[in-house]
Amino acid sequence: MKTENQKAWFFVLPVLLLVAFNALIPMMTVVNYSVQETFGDNVFFWQGLDWFEQILRSDRFHAALGRQFLFTFLILIIEVPLGIAIALSMPRKGFWVPVCLVLMALPMLIPWNVVGAMWNIFTLPDIGLLGYFLNHTLGINYDMTQDPIAAWVTIITMDVWHWTSLVVLLSYAGLVSIPDAYYQAAKIDGASNWSVFRYIQLPKMKTVLTIAILLRFMDSFNIYTEPFVLTGGGPGNSTTLLSIDLVKIALGQFDLGPAAAMSLIYFAITLLVSWLFYTLMTKDDQN
Amino acid sequence: MAKITLSKLRHSYLSNPKSDSDYALKEIDLDWNDGGAYALLGPSGCGKSTLLNIISGLLVPSEGQILFDGKDVTKLPPDQRNIAQVFQFPVIYDTMTVYDNLAFPLRNRGRDEATVERRVMAIAEMLEVTEMLGQKAAGLSPDNKQKISMGRGLVREDVNVVMFDEPLTVIDPHLKWKLRSKLKELHQRVKATMIYVTHDQTEALTFADQVVVMQLGEVVQIGTPVELFERPAHTFVGHFIGSPGMNIIPCSYDGSARIEGQPVALEGPVRGTPTGQTEIGIRPEFVSLSDSGLPATVTKVSDVGRHTVVECDCLGHKVNAVIEEGAAPQKGDSTHLAFRQDQTRLYVDGWLATDPE
Repeated sequence: MKTENQKAWFFVLPVLLLVAFNALIPMMTVVNYSVQETFGDNVFFWQGLDWFEQILRSDRFHAALGRQFLFTFLILIIEVPLGIAIALSMPRKGFWVPVCLVLMALPMLIPWNVVGAMWNIFTLPDIGLLGYFLNHTLGINYDMTQDPIAAWVTIITMDVWHWTSLVVLLSYAGLVSIPDAYYQAAKIDGASNWSVFRYIQLPKMKTVLTIAILLRFMDSFNIYTEPFVLTGGGPGNSTTLLSIDLVKIALGQFDLGPAAAMSLIYFAITLLVSWLFYTLMTKDDQN
Repeated sequence: MAKITLSKLRHSYLSNPKSDSDYALKEIDLDWNDGGAYALLGPSGCGKSTLLNIISGLLVPSEGQILFDGKDVTKLPPDQRNIAQVFQFPVIYDTMTVYDNLAFPLRNRGRDEATVERRVMAIAEMLEVTEMLGQKAAGLSPDNKQKISMGRGLVREDVNVVMFDEPLTVIDPHLKWKLRSKLKELHQRVKATMIYVTHDQTEALTFADQVVVMQLGEVVQIGTPVELFERPAHTFVGHFIGSPGMNIIPCSYDGSARIEGQPVALEGPVRGTPTGQTEIGIRPEFVSLSDSGLPATVTKVSDVGRHTVVECDCLGHKVNAVIEEGAAPQKGDSTHLAFRQDQTRLYVDGWLATDPE
């Protein structure tokens, strides 16, 4: 006989509580702000969807969103192929494996604001190792506090330095899980190196690569600390990405309503793109 | 197609092998005739996969040569040896269709599409996978995946040898039988040399015309399934093949063989003067319970269907007898064991030392 009771819910309860406190309640506060106007003192006025409309129509938001997509696009297009290439050239066994893995993991162990500060100092034209070298030795005019292009090059380079390792480690995990027989069979079948990559390594890495790209998308789309410490969004607004703009509105201007509306739109975009990407990538596996 | 000759082959996985035990393969001289169906049989770790990888070119031997039709290929990589290999776990290219999987080895060698199609269709028909050709290979069941792996091995018309490395390991038991007979049939149709590596005697004996039995990196016997069963050249072969395996009973020899003092008649004359450990080998099928012979006590009776296996304690040694029909004894019964003389052999240090009369 099958006994039915509701005890199982008790096991779910801790998770529900945790999710409520770390996600649902803060999120609902934001939703609350996004439809109201406040001048402090806990006095609120109903605004409806005005803030959403204002944000969606504002050029400032469009510009920040554009920069955000450009940034994410650029780092993905560099980090993913580069990460795969590094993973492919890493040794599969022997003494150098742990050495490579630790070296690869190092950048990821450094706190984000430290990474920003490091690259800031590193690229300073007067005293920074790279900045001084470029300006005074090679004679290239490079100053990220003055030149938007230099600022972009710097934040992209910094992100590539900081996060390519993630793609490398995940791809590497995918690569080492391929049994030797696949390579042996490919050799016997007369497959070229490109065919081995295209028909064995890439398909076997697909799952981990999907996760890597998804993580890199979400992280880079929500990036704040490093560019904030490095450029503060400047020069001008040239590196003001969405999150930096959001903080300016919320904490700089103290426009809680628009900032809340913008957060929700921001969140919705991240969610939508991630979902679309994941659905497209896993479509084949389901049938 | 080609005759394959292994000449003074030795292999060690160590870079600097010193003693004999450092070698995964001890000296091997072997000929594989063109078009033969061979099985390489031995327990795990006996060196059979090493030997296979040396023939396919995935491994370069430490010493010795491999000749295909007299041409030295020892240093050639696998794709230049024109061989095919099917692995223990099905290797398929997930993202390709079944058709593209089968066509892959041909396309890599630059065959024109008309040839590719003709060969793929022929192989698909042989393997009965024609209706799957358009499907993605990733969605197939393990036995169909393994069929596709085999197909990729057979699709080239001119392969020197097709090698199977325990190809039925991951296949469900009821499909094993089907694939095994399929393989046998394929061999008759394509007439390529095939080498089948396994540790399963049933697979080896049903597939092969010639079985090569290996132990500890050495070839102990090459022969037809019947020869291996009837005249094992080594006690290992006797023990490894057959169910239950050959009875190996320590004995003394001073012109005639004696088990614990009791004389036992051998099949024929003994070669030379035996020095070393002497043992009598007789298959359980040729031991019978009778009124005279060596005294024994029945210790276990197992009915395995067609016949009954009777385990006896005979003068302190365990001896199995296979009783075809008739009254089976009870556990604890006292009886006598008779050995059929023409099947009673003497082994010295493990190796066969008697010749038939």
